Amino acid sequence: MKRRMAATAALLLVSLVGCATDEPAATPSDGSSAPPAGAGTGEQSKFFVQADYDNELALLDAAPTGPADKPWEQVLNPKMVDTAKFKKDGPYKICFSNAALNNPWRQVGFKTMQAEVEAQGDRISEFVHVDAEGKDQKQIADINDLLGKGCDALIVSPNTTATLTPAVTAACDAGLPVIVFDRGVDTDCPVTFINPIGGYGFGHVGAEFVSQQMKPGGKVLALRILPGVDVLETRWSAAKVAFDKAQVDVVGVEFTDGDPAKTKKIVNDYIQRHGTIDGVWMDAGAVAVAAVEAFQDAGQPVPPINGEDQLDFLKMWKDEGLTAIAPTYPTYQWRTPIIAALRILDGQQVSDPWKLPQPTITQENLDSYLDPNMPPLHYAMCGCTDLPGYPQRWK
Amino acid sequence: MQLVKRRPLPPQLTRVRAGGLLPLLAILAVLLVLVAVRQPDFLAPASLMSFLGRSAPIILLAAGQYFVIVSGEFDLSVGSLVTAQVVVAARLIDSDPSRTWPVVLVLLAGGVLVGLVNGLITTRLRVPSFITTLGMFLILVGAVYLWSNGAPKGGLSEEFRRFGRRAFEDVPVFGRVPYALVVLLVLATLAVLLMRSDFGRILVAVGDNARTAELSGARVRRTRTIAFMLSGLAAAVAAILIGGYSGVSFQAGAGLEFGAITAVVLGGVALGGGRGSVVGAMLGALTLELLFTLMNFYGVSGALRPTVQGAIILFAVAVSSRRSTSR
Repeated sequence: MKRRMAATAALLLVSLVGCATDEPAATPSDGSSAPPAGAGTGEQSKFFVQADYDNELALLDAAPTGPADKPWEQVLNPKMVDTAKFKKDGPYKICFSNAALNNPWRQVGFKTMQAEVEAQGDRISEFVHVDAEGKDQKQIADINDLLGKGCDALIVSPNTTATLTPAVTAACDAGLPVIVFDRGVDTDCPVTFINPIGGYGFGHVGAEFVSQQMKPGGKVLALRILPGVDVLETRWSAAKVAFDKAQVDVVGVEFTDGDPAKTKKIVNDYIQRHGTIDGVWMDAGAVAVAAVEAFQDAGQPVPPINGEDQLDFLKMWKDEGLTAIAPTYPTYQWRTPIIAALRILDGQQVSDPWKLPQPTITQENLDSYLDPNMPPLHYAMCGCTDLPGYPQRWK
Repeated sequence: MQLVKRRPLPPQLTRVRAGGLLPLLAILAVLLVLVAVRQPDFLAPASLMSFLGRSAPIILLAAGQYFVIVSGEFDLSVGSLVTAQVVVAARLIDSDPSRTWPVVLVLLAGGVLVGLVNGLITTRLRVPSFITTLGMFLILVGAVYLWSNGAPKGGLSEEFRRFGRRAFEDVPVFGRVPYALVVLLVLATLAVLLMRSDFGRILVAVGDNARTAELSGARVRRTRTIAFMLSGLAAAVAAILIGGYSGVSFQAGAGLEFGAITAVVLGGVALGGGRGSVVGAMLGALTLELLFTLMNFYGVSGALRPTVQGAIILFAVAVSSRRSTSR
């Protein structure tokens, strides 16, 4: 009864958000391949696509090509495309239509991109950045404006997939090379689409770790930011598959809105309701510290947990000796579009799609990513230590 | 002012209905019994203390909101004020322990200042407080967004966070007494004393009938402005406790204004002013938090909380207006 009510409420939320936002055109799985619901994980997300899932899990083990010390230049399973028609003489004016700067991940990423532009200063005469502030309509107008500004290349980080597709198509039609990164669009007209392995890989790594490390038969709490966003739905759907396979008892799947206060309250509620919680999975690391604090404040040992590469979590992991893992959605991917733009304008071949490796921080390599001098909301996987202005720019 | 004038003249100025707290105490008792049946552990001193500590901010906000509502106005800006204060505190402290106390003072002063502005705009420029504080709400949300680019910077020091997170350990009988609870008890006592003072009586009189109060020599505008300042001060203290409890968050104060108003209404305070007690408002907040805890124990999704809150506001206001028209 309890569970059914929670599930109904969650479904209601999912459908509400589904109505309110543009759905990425991910084709829903046919249902026959979905594992049976059980173990408290509920129905599989309608964003789940078995083929993409299989593909991403395979990529986790794939060996990248490219310089080992520069993962932002590496490619998994490269498929090179010809760019000779875009070749022209520099220096170039590069334009960037940015979905938003409204979270620490994007802030760190954008600083990294600016630093990359500075590092390539002799080849870039002008870098134009327009922030769409998380609004589709503004980003459509932004892209349209940029087309009249004489850009040599256009980089787009789309706010939502479906709504931005026509604007990106129009930009391709204008004849300049278009590079899309982070979230995707429903057209292959851009020269390349750059992103790391993706959400399935992220969700799988965390869920597998938590189910292996926790005591058998224990209770897992899954914390999600919000429903209905493709990159987050894929994380959860992969975790669900892993938990179902390991037959873990998932006692709750809750939405935190990415808010530490709410997270702490939810975790505290679950500790009170169930006595103990033996594992915590999260679809993003921003509130991992709040979840850990909830256990500390309740006077309980912190169970196996996954976070992300944000420094506050890495520091807590080290200081408190947590059993933890940090899959990442690396911010170094903000360097790659600039590098790709310059290669394309040089007429060099680039890979499309440009799949970047997605490293995981584990107990073994934790120390190499933990820089206590960086601010708590910095992302360790920025690949920015060799860039101009480090570390001051990121503080 | 307009609203107040149109109302028929109530017979007495400050008579608070006898037994006004009884229905609330009954609800509280029922909830406690239900909690005890479902989760007896909850009533153990340790978990009860931590529950009270966690509820301290919303109880303080309810007290602050009470001052404003009983004087016949509204304060919708407290939630965004809490958020703004937490974000500002993180940026100013920037993880440097030595800045803790100066920043605490800045926050308290900032809260009072926002209240002063709310009060002056409402009383001097004659903007309805609903609009004034809604405007302040939007101004604060926008300003915080602009100032921080949408992502909080800096960090709170451990010294700052202890107010909302730490406790007096090993206290006889109670075990662990959160600092937040001590802060709450001190401020609640001050609030009760304040309402028993001349100021308190004038505040209620102003809310009951501003015109009569003015004719009797009360300084209506000043009294209401002070009420807003008290609400801002309560928001500042709540921000310190909430920031301490959960750290920097962009949604630290989201929805708190409605939580506080629900609590005040549940506590038997009449919207429009003039009736109800500050103890009722604070007990209302406690009841609301206990209800949410109970919902949690019965496995009701947290997503339903706003719905429950909305239903309570409608129900409580309907009941109280039926009562006041039928007396």
